[in-house]
Amino acid sequence: MLNIIWLILLASGIVVAALNGNIEVVTEAALGAAKGAVEVCFDLVGVMALWLGIMKIAEKGGLVTALARVLRPLMVRLFPSVPPQHPAMGAIILNLSANMLGLGNAATPFGMKAMQELQTLNQNSDEASTAMCTFLALNTSCITLIPATIIGVRLSFGSANPTEIVGPCIFATSIAMTIAVSLDYWFRTHSRWRRPS
Amino acid sequence: MLFTILNIISSWAIPFLLLVIPLYGYLKKVPVYETFVEGAEEGFITAVKIIPFLVGMMVAISVFRASGAMEYLSQALIPLTNLLDAPSEVLPLAIMRPMSGSGVLGMATELMRTYGPDSFIGRLASVMQGTTDTTFFVLTVYFGSVGIKKYGYAIITGLTADITGFIASIYICNLLFR
Repeated sequence: MLNIIWLILLASGIVVAALNGNIEVVTEAALGAAKGAVEVCFDLVGVMALWLGIMKIAEKGGLVTALARVLRPLMVRLFPSVPPQHPAMGAIILNLSANMLGLGNAATPFGMKAMQELQTLNQNSDEASTAMCTFLALNTSCITLIPATIIGVRLSFGSANPTEIVGPCIFATSIAMTIAVSLDYWFRTHSRWRRPS
Repeated sequence: MLFTILNIISSWAIPFLLLVIPLYGYLKKVPVYETFVEGAEEGFITAVKIIPFLVGMMVAISVFRASGAMEYLSQALIPLTNLLDAPSEVLPLAIMRPMSGSGVLGMATELMRTYGPDSFIGRLASVMQGTTDTTFFVLTVYFGSVGIKKYGYAIITGLTADITGFIASIYICNLLFR
């Protein structure tokens, strides 16, 4: 699936640029993006180190498991393949909470920690497990209570009511999240797509 | 009022976590500094590990966008927006949303500059931006951090969530702001 999407993005871009007679933009875009990707990762290094350091303290102090215990009834239904006591549960909860609060820079490190914990339960180390797919379905469709960036942009253009979009956003994400979780559940339980290549 | 409260929450959230977690750890007799460094080291390794995945994804997306292929795609999809009773101006934003967070923020900003934040397009663009996520970025970074190359059905679920989010955004904006 990803192989095809990746190839289509790349090939259609090159063909369109060639037909438009500006093939040189391809080189510029490709090299620029390669450099940009490394810059994104370098920006992440410090933030990742900070949050995973803090999280390690929370983990050793038992805060993460305590958090997971509170939400256990919900979590065991969403992640039946993960043992209820597993550290992955705590990391998933932290990631989703950070997402909801709009703390993007804390959410990413917690999310990666969750993926690493889920990977320890994964039998096939280069394929996504069902628990990982559920986690990402939740993550990408997660409600943001404070869409701070867009509120900021609205404010800067002199909106009369910059936060009026918060309610509609929550409505629309709730629907998206319901669909994502249901679809994930269907894939997980009913379909032959369980482990496609 | 609501905005002030939200603002206070978002500016206090990080200092709060930075204070409460180490304090809690200390009370639980965790060697806080040593533990922090141990965790930070993992963070460093993870950030470096995702580089190849991100290079692959960002190069493909960037070529797709810079070549003009994305504009053709959004033109081809105009009948679809008519069907949903939405302005076609927001289409490039919808297409770009799963791929690039900064790209889409630029587009939303541009739409608000042109049409005003309180216009229908401005409001719809805001809701769309706040509703969905950069699915490709999230999948690349998260799966990349553990070296997973086969994403299974996660892409379909993520993109379906994005499409649902867009349709729901259009629906609610038509209902409230039209």
